[in-house]
Amino acid sequence: MSSEAVQEYTVAQGRAKSFYTRYERKDELQHQTHYCPGCGHGTVHKMLAHAIDELGVQDRTILIAPVGCAVFTYYYFDVGNVQAAHGRAPAVATAMKRSRPESIVISYQGDGDLSAIGAAEILHAANRGENISVIFVNNAIYSMTGGQAAPTTLIGQKSTTTPEGRSAMTEGYPLHVSELLATLEAPVYMERVGLGDNKQIAQATRAVRRAVENQTRGLGFSMVEVLSPCPTIWKMNPIDAQRWVRDVMEKTFPLGVFRDRTKETAPRHALRPAPALDAIPRLLGLAEEDLPADHAHTVARHREIDLQVRIAGFGGQGVLLLGEVLAEAGLDAGLEVSWLPSYGPEMRSGTSNCHVRLSSQPVDSPLVTVPSVLVAMNEPSLRKFDLTVRSGGWVIYNGDTFPADCMRDGVHVLALPFTRLAAELGDPRAANMVMLGALLEIDGVLPRASIEAALGRLVKNPRWIELDERALARGRELFKESLRQGSWAKESRAEA
Amino acid sequence: MVEGNKIEAKKLDRGWLRIDGEECKGCGLCIEACPPKVIAMREELNPYGYRTAIYAGAGCTGCGVCFMVCPEPGAITVFRAVVRRVEGSGHANAGVEEAISCASN
Amino acid sequence: MRKQLMKGNEAIIKSAILAGCRGFYGYPITPASEITEAAALYMPKAGGVFVQAESEVAAINMLYGAAAAGVRAMTASSGPGISLMQEGISHMAGAELPCVIADITRGGPGLGNIGSEQGDYHQVVKGGGHGNYRTIVLAPYSVQEMADLTALAFELADRYRNPVFVLADGFVGQMMEPVEFPQKAIQAPMPPWAVAGTAATRGNLITSLHMGCDDLEAHVLALEAKYKLAEQREARAEEWCAEDAEIVLVGYGIVGRILKAVTAEARAGGLPVGVLRPITLYPFPIVHFQRLASRARVFVVVEMSSGQLLDDVRLALNGACPVEFLSRVGGNVPSHDEVLRFVRVQALRFIGEEQMAHV
Repeated sequence: MSSEAVQEYTVAQGRAKSFYTRYERKDELQHQTHYCPGCGHGTVHKMLAHAIDELGVQDRTILIAPVGCAVFTYYYFDVGNVQAAHGRAPAVATAMKRSRPESIVISYQGDGDLSAIGAAEILHAANRGENISVIFVNNAIYSMTGGQAAPTTLIGQKSTTTPEGRSAMTEGYPLHVSELLATLEAPVYMERVGLGDNKQIAQATRAVRRAVENQTRGLGFSMVEVLSPCPTIWKMNPIDAQRWVRDVMEKTFPLGVFRDRTKETAPRHALRPAPALDAIPRLLGLAEEDLPADHAHTVARHREIDLQVRIAGFGGQGVLLLGEVLAEAGLDAGLEVSWLPSYGPEMRSGTSNCHVRLSSQPVDSPLVTVPSVLVAMNEPSLRKFDLTVRSGGWVIYNGDTFPADCMRDGVHVLALPFTRLAAELGDPRAANMVMLGALLEIDGVLPRASIEAALGRLVKNPRWIELDERALARGRELFKESLRQGSWAKESRAEA
Repeated sequence: MVEGNKIEAKKLDRGWLRIDGEECKGCGLCIEACPPKVIAMREELNPYGYRTAIYAGAGCTGCGVCFMVCPEPGAITVFRAVVRRVEGSGHANAGVEEAISCASN
Repeated sequence: MRKQLMKGNEAIIKSAILAGCRGFYGYPITPASEITEAAALYMPKAGGVFVQAESEVAAINMLYGAAAAGVRAMTASSGPGISLMQEGISHMAGAELPCVIADITRGGPGLGNIGSEQGDYHQVVKGGGHGNYRTIVLAPYSVQEMADLTALAFELADRYRNPVFVLADGFVGQMMEPVEFPQKAIQAPMPPWAVAGTAATRGNLITSLHMGCDDLEAHVLALEAKYKLAEQREARAEEWCAEDAEIVLVGYGIVGRILKAVTAEARAGGLPVGVLRPITLYPFPIVHFQRLASRARVFVVVEMSSGQLLDDVRLALNGACPVEFLSRVGGNVPSHDEVLRFVRVQALRFIGEEQMAHV
């Protein structure tokens, strides 16, 4: 025969280590939480604190507090604490986890915070599959602000903003966040639990722990929705509120696992190690070897250069590239340069234009309002800028004939069908380079080597480089031919 | 609380509760949840004006349900008995130490 | 070092990464999208985080998270997006979190257009969000300054634990100019107040919530003291031909460039014109204004907004000198000729024909 003897009593359950023993961040009642008697938040806090203890992640945990009754989680949890703006905890959590992948990031949110103002943030954090744990405490009401309706408020439930009870006709239906998020591919674990009775609470405890554990295993997005009593706003005693969770709330929000891919999900790999600091300039294309040659082709400094070019055409005609090659070549030649595009929808259709300045002095304004050269790739562009060209300046125009009414005194014109001439070279899209070739001959300021260097930096396809070089050469020839034929010399009309 | 080292198990409380009268807010959830019904509401108010829960003093099984449903981080502490099984006529050293497991969880 | 031709928007990101920025959280918007695109390309290569957020609201709150985690981080947007970010900016200022926000402005209000305007001045310089806070605002006028002031922005953000803006118009963001960068990247130090998910930072708290009236008042006063310090130490401006200027032209961003061109021509024509270009819009370089006011007969404010900069100039001068105003909005830029004509009119009014003969 045997008997049993009690030797001693040991603590089986008590305050979790992840709670502060005294809430010193509060001014008063430092041994009590601020929650009302019977509030579900305290119960969920305990589940979370015990999960953190059991998983041994207290030092690694970052708890993100919402706006709502749980705004003060940092009074209680002895972990890293961050308080977020209303509804934004999943966005904050996203960046914290990605910034500190070794941390355990927990977003603790209520139903007003998560399902209303923060609907976008939770949806997209879930959809990105952020490796965070979300504890979603749903009590079907805005409690902290005094009982206004939430997206989760039940049909017929009275609130201060649905005084006659929520009507589907005017307020729609309770938002089923777990079901909604379960339509996404990325989340690995989502379960709705309740605090409606002992059994539900036991299950909720397991679920909260799993949500945190999944993160420690690097599995991805986990969320536990907890149906939680709010005796004060519901105007019930704590026992009735608990029963209301089980008997009423659960009918609208059925409990269960909405997603569990924890078994088939492979843990995420650690991020690539960060490169050494010394390697950063190279990665940014800023290392010595990425930089343009050291003004190998410096322009003779014996004269002042102030080339102000406006290039205009339709999107797709290579307006911006023409300007870029010119500016890049100018830099190569040791000049001060600027390039300023028109931008926006114009880049995709309609007109496009850019301003280029090459100067022997620092460029004051990059805006070319009175160009010395206008490159007009079509008639609308010509008409838009023709009158701005300065006296003694040039217009290079892509067209068979120059519109007579655009002729002006003191402005030189070179009008040729550049697009057709480029097509003869193999591709009409090289018209911009033919025009650039002509432009370069006007002033003769840039060495050929600078143009070649610029092309080499900006055009990566060897086939295009070859074509562009032929196009530039053709442009030069055309300019010289025109010069010989005098066909460009329409600088003034006698009758004008 | 426990005297002597040879007491019949059937007569022992396997568990024991401590309720912090300052942290408890008297919501009563533990009283409702307790399987052996050994928690009651104290008649007097605590300094903050709450009637708080109190352990009746006997009959706790150490199941921990009260702790699980209690919304307060440290209001309830559950203790469980560590027992020593004694063979035959009861030499204290002959037994195997174990904690009585909780059946309700 | 040799220079490279680069867009202002791209220079911002490269400079940011060299300055130790390892987080970019953004949402596309013209004319700031190149910054987000460049971040998508370079940030992961540098071992940093890039997230294209679901909205500017999410982006700024991600920035809040990254900053709380102790990482140098930034975002970029334009008017409508900055409006949405005001919530997070207020929270970050309240929680004393550093970050850098590039605002490449466009036309407003509402959708306005994508032309270059300076109408974000009030919402950026005065703080568009709620509460008693300020943001430091740097206003580059060249691609080189886009790089240099971005690096400075990260330093100031950390030094003052406060959001810092790089406020540039669409032109400065979109144009290409030669630019040079430091050849060394910086490793940003881990701030001791951060919450990094480590034993050492476990006791730390990031919040903008101060429940007690006295607590919040103390907090606001502490912020104010910080801003006062910044006002004493960080105000910057460029003076150009300003020492003997009787007409002081005032403008920032692209306008500063135009004013220089105008000044060169005005000076060639014998007009005693100079430029005062604020580089920090907050703190506003009040000392420069007061100093130049002793000689100047008139300050001419030129801006691409309806008198937003003008307010600060008037406050800075505090009646010490007359202030005239020229504005273009809607994406239009005050042209060189337009400004010059305006300056000539002011010269006649404030200097007079007779005296003009002597200058």
